[in-house]
Amino acid sequence: MFGREGGDAPFIAVDGLTKRYASRQRALTVFEGLRFAIGEGEFLTIVGPSGCGKSTLLKMVAGLVRPTEGTVVFRGRAVNAPPPEMIYVFQQYEKSVFPWLTVRENVAFGLQRRQEPGSAAKAQRVEQLIRRVELHGYEDYYPNQLSGGMQQRVALARALACHPSVLLMDEPFSAVDALTRANLQQLVLELWQELKLTVVFVTHDVDEAVFLSTRVVALAGAPARVDLDVPIGLAHPRDQVTSREQGEFITRRRELFVSITRQQAREAEAEAAR
Amino acid sequence: MKGRWTGFAFILCLLALWEATTASGLVDTPSVPRVSAIFEAWYRVTANGEMLRELWPSFYRIGIGYVLAVVVAVPLGLLMGASRFMYGLLEPLTELLRPIPSSAYIPIAILFLGIGDAMKEFVVFFSCLFPILVNAYSGVIGIDPVLVDTGRTFGLARRDILKSIIFPATVPSILTGMRISLAIALIVVVVAEMVAGSSGIGYFILDNQRTFHVPEMFAGIFTLGVVGYCANAVFLLIETRVLHWRPRAAL
Repeated sequence: MFGREGGDAPFIAVDGLTKRYASRQRALTVFEGLRFAIGEGEFLTIVGPSGCGKSTLLKMVAGLVRPTEGTVVFRGRAVNAPPPEMIYVFQQYEKSVFPWLTVRENVAFGLQRRQEPGSAAKAQRVEQLIRRVELHGYEDYYPNQLSGGMQQRVALARALACHPSVLLMDEPFSAVDALTRANLQQLVLELWQELKLTVVFVTHDVDEAVFLSTRVVALAGAPARVDLDVPIGLAHPRDQVTSREQGEFITRRRELFVSITRQQAREAEAEAAR
Repeated sequence: MKGRWTGFAFILCLLALWEATTASGLVDTPSVPRVSAIFEAWYRVTANGEMLRELWPSFYRIGIGYVLAVVVAVPLGLLMGASRFMYGLLEPLTELLRPIPSSAYIPIAILFLGIGDAMKEFVVFFSCLFPILVNAYSGVIGIDPVLVDTGRTFGLARRDILKSIIFPATVPSILTGMRISLAIALIVVVVAEMVAGSSGIGYFILDNQRTFHVPEMFAGIFTLGVVGYCANAVFLLIETRVLHWRPRAAL
């Protein structure tokens, strides 16, 4: 157990997490005994093939899904409900951003419920964030009038409005075009540095994982286990062109790619042998 | 709007055809008066205030029954959608009562409430209840879990999720139920007024039929068509106002 190691408890500890679906016909174990720590200020990405349960794992960290076994410990406390300092950003922004609220109302959504500052301060914070994600001029638009990338910016600003210390991002850019994705990646990296956030990011895109992260955890196998846990030694600020040309990028990309495809290759072989 | 005008022109053509066949003697029966006679009667009963006098009680009954149905069905439907227990408790009963034609309640309603306004309001209420109820709870059940999880990650309590996420997300579905119920209310009030009582547009139509005032009878039926059309149009206008955030398909 991480928590018992004394004063040096990790910021977030994933301790023996298991997800099992039990149906009458058969039990399916998606992942089993996952164990790793996330340090404060890290940009940690979890990669893995689709179906390995990475989104479920992230929802467990967020307190949105109960683990079949194991616990998540955040700042020394077991997570049983969504902690107020963690905000989850969903892959399906078109569903997560409230279609009946304007951009401004969406961004203010989480803030309204928090008691802290006065309404003037809140309104100012909302304007500031809208400007920061470059949506000024669109304050009174409804989500259906915006592009996918813009909707995800709304979701991002809405999450940041609550002053979270941890941002949990579930394949947030998988549904936007390549150029928009590059812009959003840059934006998230900037915000991570500016606001000193801890980010836990989930993706199946190895390039994205290496480009964004300070550390990448690869899940592989069935049931999935931590197959690889590597630091990414690329300098900050990162650049879409030069960072991707460095030896470190290429080495890490190869390692991770082999890790998450090894299992698939084995399965394909087994299939061929039959 | 262009399609609308050709539609109205077509109606005029049909009326002209009706007028021609009856005027030429091709159709010759007192049951089918000339359109001009119907419009004449329509003008007369409207000008002397008789039509309005009969419409008013019908509107009043629809209003009471309909508003009561909305007030009961919306919260109950939300509750049924949000609570497994309430759903399990009430869904079978709903599905059992729903297929019974509303006109079949009238005899029971007469037994308990007599033949006055209360009976008609009750029948309108009861028949309007189900479309709203069913649309409300299926709306809640159909909500994407991502919306609810978004509320949870922002730390909303169950009540707040119900109020600021589930309710607004269900409004389109509730409005659909309310529009269906509005049409049903008109049908049911007319039937109830024909079965019992001595006022209302339903009574007016039946009474004129019994006394062989056939053009007046048709005038009453035409009025129902216009009233139903206007009610639906007004409702659609409100719906697009309330749901202004919804993407509209470009036609």
